[in-house]
Amino acid sequence: MTARWKSVFIVLAATAMTAAAQNAAAQSKIPRAADGHPDLSGIWTNASITPFERPSDLAGKEFFTEQEAAAYERSHQRNLDQRDGIKGTNADVTLAYNDAWWDRGTRLFTSRRTSVVIDPPDGHIPPLTENRKRQLAAIAETRRKRCEQPGCGLENNGQLGPADGPEDRPVMERCLSFGNVAPMVSTAYNNNYEIVQTQDFIGIDVEMVHQMRRIPLDGSPHMASSARFWAGDSRGRWEGDTLVIDTTNFRPEAAFRGSDENLHLIERLIRLDDDNMRYQFTVDDPTAFAKRWTGELIFVKSKGLLFEYACHEGNEGMSGILAGARADERKAAAVSAKSATR
Amino acid sequence: MTDCGYARTGTIAAVLVWTALAGLAQTPTPALKRTVDGKSDLNGVWQAMNTANWDLLAHGSAPGGVSSLGAIIAVPPGESIVEGGAIPYVPAAAAKKQENFAHRWTDDPEIKCFMPGVPRANYMPYPFQIVQSANTILFTYSFAGAVRTVRMGIKEQSPVDSWMGWSVGRWEGNTLVVDVTGFNDQTWFDRAGDFHSDKLHVVERYTPRGRDAIDYEATMEDPEVFSRPWKISMPLYRHLEKNAHLLEFQCIEYSEEVLYGHLRHGKGETK
Repeated sequence: MTARWKSVFIVLAATAMTAAAQNAAAQSKIPRAADGHPDLSGIWTNASITPFERPSDLAGKEFFTEQEAAAYERSHQRNLDQRDGIKGTNADVTLAYNDAWWDRGTRLFTSRRTSVVIDPPDGHIPPLTENRKRQLAAIAETRRKRCEQPGCGLENNGQLGPADGPEDRPVMERCLSFGNVAPMVSTAYNNNYEIVQTQDFIGIDVEMVHQMRRIPLDGSPHMASSARFWAGDSRGRWEGDTLVIDTTNFRPEAAFRGSDENLHLIERLIRLDDDNMRYQFTVDDPTAFAKRWTGELIFVKSKGLLFEYACHEGNEGMSGILAGARADERKAAAVSAKSATR
Repeated sequence: MTDCGYARTGTIAAVLVWTALAGLAQTPTPALKRTVDGKSDLNGVWQAMNTANWDLLAHGSAPGGVSSLGAIIAVPPGESIVEGGAIPYVPAAAAKKQENFAHRWTDDPEIKCFMPGVPRANYMPYPFQIVQSANTILFTYSFAGAVRTVRMGIKEQSPVDSWMGWSVGRWEGNTLVVDVTGFNDQTWFDRAGDFHSDKLHVVERYTPRGRDAIDYEATMEDPEVFSRPWKISMPLYRHLEKNAHLLEFQCIEYSEEVLYGHLRHGKGETK
């Protein structure tokens, strides 16, 4: 070895050692499984009031300062308290529940980001493709036209939607999915997730309507695209200390924020310390969105256990919605019969 | 490498091969799989191979509930999985079981895609997966996306009744023992109308039989419905396919016509 190469080698070795020492210091803080990978197991919550997209008054601002975050949390609580003061049947129905029922928590994510969407950096979901816009508009138009006639039911966006049969209703009302499974974003309540980890498998029990994420780490390929699932078809792998989950084969009805059947979801779980885990998801769906986009949430260790949420088994709501729509039709028929006899 | 090096490598290789062959010869049956903490390793995708979901007791073949489906839906014959061959119902419960049987083609909660309860979930004709870590053992079922979490040695009691119950586990040697309480009274044991009350208490025992089968036992106790505890037993078999992954069988959609069909637009209700 020449003297020159010796010195290069020494410099490289020293650099590597410094990096390794720094890594070791950072990594020593996180719990590890017996196989040396970060231990992601346990019960986590992602309940948060962090807005999904960046509010317009925060344009250009990626992070709150500590003071701004505290002020935001206070004003959010104040607004909720005021909303709870609205009286009357209409408010009860369109606001769905009073705020005692929501379980979004009272805090922003500890990252103090101003939106869940982190890429594009403006904090907004990229526009839909022209073709996807047309598809969604056509579906909306069909639904709107149906509801010019009696026999529709309110949806939780406050709009009337068809109710000719259960399959007309949103997947939430059918207890099929609350849209917080893949990706695992925070929702109205039951924002609890239990991760059970082995060397070759990760199971995530999603408390909301007990949906399961089943994530083999066995290096196998995805299933053929003809096989479709509400939670998609997931495969996981470790990239250093990051668990990467790759999911495809979604049911088209499991659309996330406008995605279609080509949704390809890439998720990254990074344990930060005893109580926190960074969760990033990238939505890759070139037929639905103009470009890929990424969101980030911080999962926090939960002190409570997970409980069974039997949604479908107690879905009296569906019978009520359909029976209400039929009553609406009967009422309209009676009115028109009466005016015909006049 | 020198000639001498080649020779040495050859010797080492021969010793390695000999050691490997000797190892094979000495272990005709592979040892039980163990987790890193030395417990029986029950991880995998499992399934019962019997007709208990049709009827826990011995039965011959019988017509199914939908004549147009012919042989597809016919009831296949099966041996009893109940020890002693009978379920010890108290008299009132025996009458209720007969009533359930008479209404089995409409009243079985399986038709409605309701979570099947325990032990039924383990012998439905669908696979389930055990995901075993030291303190938490997840049972994830294909049918209805049912799930139960066995928590090892926890003291908390079930705060509320549920479909899949409240499972607390412990090890007795190689055997995983799961004590299940906190049931509601809505699930059946089979398609023949065998049932229980919300006082049901199930004790399950999972004992590995080699690497690819588990001896499964469940003892049922329910003073409102049974005059004494009774036991079922069966093997559970490992799915050995290379791509043995548990798939989501979300059956809600397929139950909606049964549950809500009478409320459809254009059905009798509107007239």
